[in-house]
Amino acid sequence: MSPRSLLDRTGTLIGLILVAVIFGALVGRQFFAPANVELMARQTAIVCMAALGMTIVIALGGIDLSVGSMIALTSVVIAYMLRDGASPIAAATAGVAASAACGLLNGVLITQLRVVPFIVTLGTMLIVRGAAKGVAEERRIEAPITWLNDLLRTETGRALLPTGIWAVIGAALLVAGVLRYTRFGRHVVAIGSNERMARLCGVPIVRTKIAVYTLSAALTGMAGVLEYSKLSVGDPTVGVGSELDVIAAVIIGGGSLLGGRGSVAGTLIGAAIMAIIQIGCSQRGLANWVQQIVTGTIIVVAVALDRLRSART
Amino acid sequence: MIYQELSLAPDLSVMENILLGAEPMRFGLVDRPRMRDLASAALAQLGHEDIPPDARAGTLSVAAQQLVEIARALAVGCRVLVLDEPTSSLGRADVGRLFALLERLKSQGHAIVYISHFIEEVKAITDRFVVLRDGRNAGGDTTKDASNDAIVALMVGTTPGALFPRSPRRQGDALLEVSALEPGSASFTLHRGEILGIAGLVGSGRTRLLRTIFGLEPVESGRIRLGVLPPDGGVLPPEGSVLPPKGGSYKKADPRDRWRDGMGLLSEDRKSEGLAMGLSVADNLTITRLDPFGPAPFVLPERQQAAASVWIGRMDIKCVGPAQPAGELSGGNQQKIAIARLLHHDVDVFVLDEPTRGIDVGSKAQIYRLIDALVADRPDRAAKAVLMVSSYMPELLGLCDRIATMRRGRLEAPRPVEGLTEHDLVMQATGAASG
Repeated sequence: MSPRSLLDRTGTLIGLILVAVIFGALVGRQFFAPANVELMARQTAIVCMAALGMTIVIALGGIDLSVGSMIALTSVVIAYMLRDGASPIAAATAGVAASAACGLLNGVLITQLRVVPFIVTLGTMLIVRGAAKGVAEERRIEAPITWLNDLLRTETGRALLPTGIWAVIGAALLVAGVLRYTRFGRHVVAIGSNERMARLCGVPIVRTKIAVYTLSAALTGMAGVLEYSKLSVGDPTVGVGSELDVIAAVIIGGGSLLGGRGSVAGTLIGAAIMAIIQIGCSQRGLANWVQQIVTGTIIVVAVALDRLRSART
Repeated sequence: MIYQELSLAPDLSVMENILLGAEPMRFGLVDRPRMRDLASAALAQLGHEDIPPDARAGTLSVAAQQLVEIARALAVGCRVLVLDEPTSSLGRADVGRLFALLERLKSQGHAIVYISHFIEEVKAITDRFVVLRDGRNAGGDTTKDASNDAIVALMVGTTPGALFPRSPRRQGDALLEVSALEPGSASFTLHRGEILGIAGLVGSGRTRLLRTIFGLEPVESGRIRLGVLPPDGGVLPPEGSVLPPKGGSYKKADPRDRWRDGMGLLSEDRKSEGLAMGLSVADNLTITRLDPFGPAPFVLPERQQAAASVWIGRMDIKCVGPAQPAGELSGGNQQKIAIARLLHHDVDVFVLDEPTRGIDVGSKAQIYRLIDALVADRPDRAAKAVLMVSSYMPELLGLCDRIATMRRGRLEAPRPVEGLTEHDLVMQATGAASG
């Protein structure tokens, strides 16, 4: 590991420790109690899962604004299937597949129309949201209770953590492995670092991009499953603006919107920082507006520090 | 100053462009009637009342846009005009009209500095000339007293004979055949154990030709064949050739096919195309060929870095280690990484665009030795083939076996380097030979 990347990682880690210490002091010792930590993990699981996909997209030099809409579509599809008597596993699979199809659409539009990802996904953000509302006929879809509703619940005596958290950890290891140890992962980073060079070097740009948006959307679909688990209904209006939380987690974690950078560890730390602020503020009794100002400040400071760091080298 | 590339705002009108930054104001608002008058006056001074001041600049022809730029200079009261390669995007008839206009401006008392690569233009339009070489004033004269030969002699200068290694070479199989390729009107065959050089001025289309051959830009017509080609031009050998006999037309080719078929390109633009500055030395060096570093989809960083370390040692690349970002290295070391990429991929045809641009003398000498070693006749391995573009003529003369000159987008037939001099090349490239 080069000294530079070590600095990158410790940078966000120091940020996490700093935020934790501040809120630990504000809230008190019980802030770090296992139950409270688990509460934070549960709160942030959905953002984390989607942010794993976004990490790959941002490493590629892209962006995906349709994340919130995909989460809503997934929850609607799951509820729809369950109401029609499908098994929970089939419903969840269909939900993830619907989301992945949206990602495939994003990838195809971006590569074939040669429109920048920001615009394409701004469009699909509306299209997918509209589709979710259409499927649900603009209502919440009530569905029978199944084990899908327990993904983020702690079952005493069995596993140490809720199944949903294990899923996030598993997905994180998978994504980190793919980015670091596969040809596909190296191609993603190469395209994100310098697309012209990637083309010169014969990297399959179109195929890689489509695969990235699809994979990312599948992870977002899994975030949608967790969202359904939390809501226990299919809600086409859920997750409005959550794409910004997801992007913020990646950026705080050291991802660069210029592409070529972004690590899974950083993203998880970024999401953790945001969760601590969120939970910390509410437990301290601070209003929602304070929390938003703090989160916004952290984003700007994180990126500014990152600029300083890269300017020095 | 009139630049080579047009610098108008295409979505503004002609008059807004002419008076950009010098808009006539009235009560804090732009005085449009007066603006139109001033613009019309400037265009009239050029004898071009036909250009409508309200038209959007982007809708005009290239020649008319250039006139608008000249009008802009006149409207703000310039008495000295600097024109940098003004004919580079003009047709022959427009060049004639531009020259007539310059004569007219001269008679109106304007002073004009005219920058050009082309000796015939300089002879046609100027009164006096100055030759710049390697950033220095190399001399000048009154134009009508100077012969083409004298001007070329100033451009060439007397370069100290740089030492270029030349190992024994033996021409082998044909590896690349380009026939009637457009753009570039290029036809040549490149063999094993041979360095073919392309000389020509900046902007003569050399880079575009290489990029077209490499599949980065579309082929308009013609044929590129890559692989071990039979001497009689007949059918390709079926199997056992070093390069897969893809053959045929490469119209829809992609750089990916080229790498697979054993051709690698070194870009002239190291910063924005050659390397990814944020990526590690190892990634930059091995990105075209990651398959030796693990079973099917996997890349094991340890193996990748070990392979990169071998090249770092062999190429004498000065860096902290294979994980260091390429952007932190000096230009010469970056260039060595870009060349090592072709070696790691083990291509047979090396396409090198300005291989020694912007690097230090020590690295240059190393790269010369390396290029020579590629084509050397050695018993232990087959020689490679090299196609290289350079603006530095001594480099071409020192390294190449044959040199083809490119002029205004057309490649001449290659000629053996024996007997060629820098003087000949400059004469050809500038068009002084024909004029």
